[in-house]
Amino acid sequence: MNPARKRTVRLVVALSAAVALASALIYTSFSVASPALSPSQLVRQAQPGRSYQLTGTVVDGSVHRQGSELDFSVEDRVGGTAIPVAYTGTVPDPFREGREVIVTVQKHPGRFVGIRDSLITKCPSKYKSAPAGEKQNY
Amino acid sequence: MEILTIVLALALLAVVIGVISAPLRGAAKRGATDGDRSHGSDPSPELSELEAAREAKYREIRDAELDFRTGKLSPEDYEAIDGALRAEALEILERIARAGGEAPGVENSAARGG
Amino acid sequence: MADLGRICLLLALLVCVYGIGASVYGARSGRVEFSDSGRRAVYALAIILTVAFAVLEIAFLRDDFAFNTVADTSSRTTPAFYRAAAVWSSQEGSLLLWAWLLSLWSSLALFLVRRRMREVAAYATAVLLGFGAFFIALMIFYATPFATTSPTPAEGVGLDPLLRFPTMMIHPPMLYSGYTLCTIPFAFAMGALLARRVDADWIRATRRFAFAAWLFLGVGILLGARWSYAELGWGGYWGWDAVENASLMPWLTGTAFLHSLMIQEKRGMLKVWNVSLVLATGTLAIMGTFLVRSGILNSIHAFGGATLGVPFVTLIAVLIAGSIYLVVSRREMLRSEHRIDSLLSRESIFLANNVVLVGLCFVIFWGTYFPLISEALTGHEASVGPPWFDRYTVPLALLLVLLSGIGPVIAWRRATLANARRNLVAPTLVALIALVSLLGAGLSGKPFAIAMFCCAAFVLGSIGQEFFRGARARRAMSGEPAPVALLALVRRNRRRYGGYIVHVGIAVLFVGVAASSSFQHASEVGLSPGKSTHVGAYKVTYVRPTATVTPRNDVAHTGSTLSLGALLDVSKRGHHVATLRPSQGYYDSGEPSQGSVGHLIGGQAVSHISMSGGVTRDVWTAIAPNISTPALQRIVTVGNRTLPPDEAEVAIGFLARAYLKDPPPAQFHLIVSPLVMWIWIGGAIVFGGGLIAIWPAPSAVRRRVAMRSRARAAHGLARA
Repeated sequence: MNPARKRTVRLVVALSAAVALASALIYTSFSVASPALSPSQLVRQAQPGRSYQLTGTVVDGSVHRQGSELDFSVEDRVGGTAIPVAYTGTVPDPFREGREVIVTVQKHPGRFVGIRDSLITKCPSKYKSAPAGEKQNY
Repeated sequence: MEILTIVLALALLAVVIGVISAPLRGAAKRGATDGDRSHGSDPSPELSELEAAREAKYREIRDAELDFRTGKLSPEDYEAIDGALRAEALEILERIARAGGEAPGVENSAARGG
Repeated sequence: MADLGRICLLLALLVCVYGIGASVYGARSGRVEFSDSGRRAVYALAIILTVAFAVLEIAFLRDDFAFNTVADTSSRTTPAFYRAAAVWSSQEGSLLLWAWLLSLWSSLALFLVRRRMREVAAYATAVLLGFGAFFIALMIFYATPFATTSPTPAEGVGLDPLLRFPTMMIHPPMLYSGYTLCTIPFAFAMGALLARRVDADWIRATRRFAFAAWLFLGVGILLGARWSYAELGWGGYWGWDAVENASLMPWLTGTAFLHSLMIQEKRGMLKVWNVSLVLATGTLAIMGTFLVRSGILNSIHAFGGATLGVPFVTLIAVLIAGSIYLVVSRREMLRSEHRIDSLLSRESIFLANNVVLVGLCFVIFWGTYFPLISEALTGHEASVGPPWFDRYTVPLALLLVLLSGIGPVIAWRRATLANARRNLVAPTLVALIALVSLLGAGLSGKPFAIAMFCCAAFVLGSIGQEFFRGARARRAMSGEPAPVALLALVRRNRRRYGGYIVHVGIAVLFVGVAASSSFQHASEVGLSPGKSTHVGAYKVTYVRPTATVTPRNDVAHTGSTLSLGALLDVSKRGHHVATLRPSQGYYDSGEPSQGSVGHLIGGQAVSHISMSGGVTRDVWTAIAPNISTPALQRIVTVGNRTLPPDEAEVAIGFLARAYLKDPPPAQFHLIVSPLVMWIWIGGAIVFGGGLIAIWPAPSAVRRRVAMRSRARAAHGLARA
């Protein structure tokens, strides 16, 4: 094989390998990903065994700690359906009632269980330019 | 608006205009015909590029020697590579000479008898 | 004074517009005085923005609450150190910091090339001023740092306690320096394409700026990881969070570029690839800047409304479209002069390294933007978590480390196979010895970690051999004693040996990462005083509770009102190892609705972790005390009812005493991570090696070398 042909072959092989790996990557991302759902969507669509990213606001008065488990309810940003979650793992500092959270949950019979260490709490408007006169409080 | 603010703003404006317009005022003073002199002392783009290529080639020659001395090349391979690099370096030096530049150290080695 | 700030911004925008016009006119017409004027516009911009930044910084330090930004992010009770850093904790302040750093670095870069590359530099100036204009326009029209309210508020909200950590001072300026430095090679690449001069001169200039960007970005990323680990209550240093990833991506492409640039320098090939890498790095840096402020991706960092989303998306679209157009229209000029001589050459290894780095970047890109991709493709937003990232980045990282061990023993241009094989014996032996030792020590079950340790051993063996052989070769020529020879070797071959040191640092860093993630022991447990628990090989005992009442400043100098914590004793096999003092700080919320006492501790609670760092392991702990017991709550309610606001602090003292007398069980998060310290040590080695690599040789040495090379070249011709 002359050198030019060898180079073409090498290029084709390399590109094919890259395409194959990229396809594997892309395929697994779709199958492994957790869809982001609000509580009302979760109630309708949740299937046992799959994990979901539950996004919403922590309901006032719903936070209880039982030993190493933290129980709280998450409701839609606009209010409405509230889902109780039993969570174990790290609780971020900003977590409190009324804050927006994202927690990865799985549906178990009768309740939703939060995956360990998956709780993220949004810091209140760190980068929001507020109109004059409105203050953010912590 | 406070007086201090106005004073500082005006001072800033003066500085900015001074900084930005300096080359334009300098060129106007010298007149259009002497415009080249402002960058006559700087190397032309072609010469600058050739000098950069020469530096890179010298570095390659030194790298090849270091590769040989640290045992990565057989003597035959080193000779072949070294020869090829030196030929490429000479070509660059010739192009520099044609473009009217000087290779560093030419005067010194000539003064010392080459 | 806010007026001065506003005037500065307006003046800055005008200067940018003028500079762009002058530079482009100067480049096209060849009239040098206009290019020079355009360059000086950048200097002027730096002066103006320094004044603007000073105005804002002084406002923070003087507690000038007329400025909205100051009122929103600072307060009289915020310690001075954090008041100074609060400047960049807000959207508008951080935009000013970005623009200011851009102007400073651009001024330096353009000053350094002021005598050469006139046409390229002129276009680059226009691009850089374009970026400046964009950020300044954002500040003028969307998020101004100089908005004021009247009447002046008496007190500000205060800096978010979560940001009251020392690293807050240094991480954003470092990271932003990295981002802004990435725009400089980008601008010079655009300039080179526009001026049709992608050549050795461009390589020489770009390499320096690309390296500076790489260095600052890397340090910024490491500082962020260190902040996350040593100061936040989470205990990890990397979570594959969108914003972390956004800063890593330009760093990866930048690293690839620094390597492939050497191939272009030697063989005149990969020009399209290199230019694309540089343009991608700059674009990724802008995307990283954008991610934090847009709220388009859910992350711990990125929140707030999408007010800046549209301008940024437009900018990124312009950058991508412009880059593609320029590369495609100049492709004739970018054709390769030569090919790679042989597969067995250092050029080949560098090419493989590039592929791996770009592959890593692609994986991270895909995972980070997946919520947007899946939304666009399937209509549902979904995200991938750390396990997905780990699955693909770990093997690629292993490959990267392995390549950095193979590269040193392969010669440039065309290596001799027999020599290469022989040179690989020692490193392979070192790796095998490491493997056997690790398995013999009983470490098993974590194949990837073990593989990484062996690869790192391979790298250390390979590079150690290089230093040894180099010093030996030098001694043979000069007869110097070994240490002197070693020093002289490094000094005369900085790029090569500095680079080797960088790779040693990377290997060490990955050893730390592998050990601390695979062999970590963690537990979450509730403890009462006197009780103890076990984590890994350590026994942790809750000795007694601690409480600090600090109306003004607390021990950690963060301005908390009340701090409750614990004294923990850590021992191993009966021997005392460390004393840890984690605590939780409670801050003033400023909300009267919580009551006179309630608001003093009703604000953001922040965990102050305590850690015993060591060469072999870190013992880390965080505490979440229970402040909601009936007894403690009663003190708050009674205080709310009976105490007027200016006497409310008395109740805090009662709270502290009650907590100390009868402490409820507290939740503890305990982590023992092996070899974490080596991550930071590795980073420092990378930093040092990088400095050595880029340090210019003294010009006397360069002239001597040049003369000798020229004489040898002449001899070569005579012989031939």
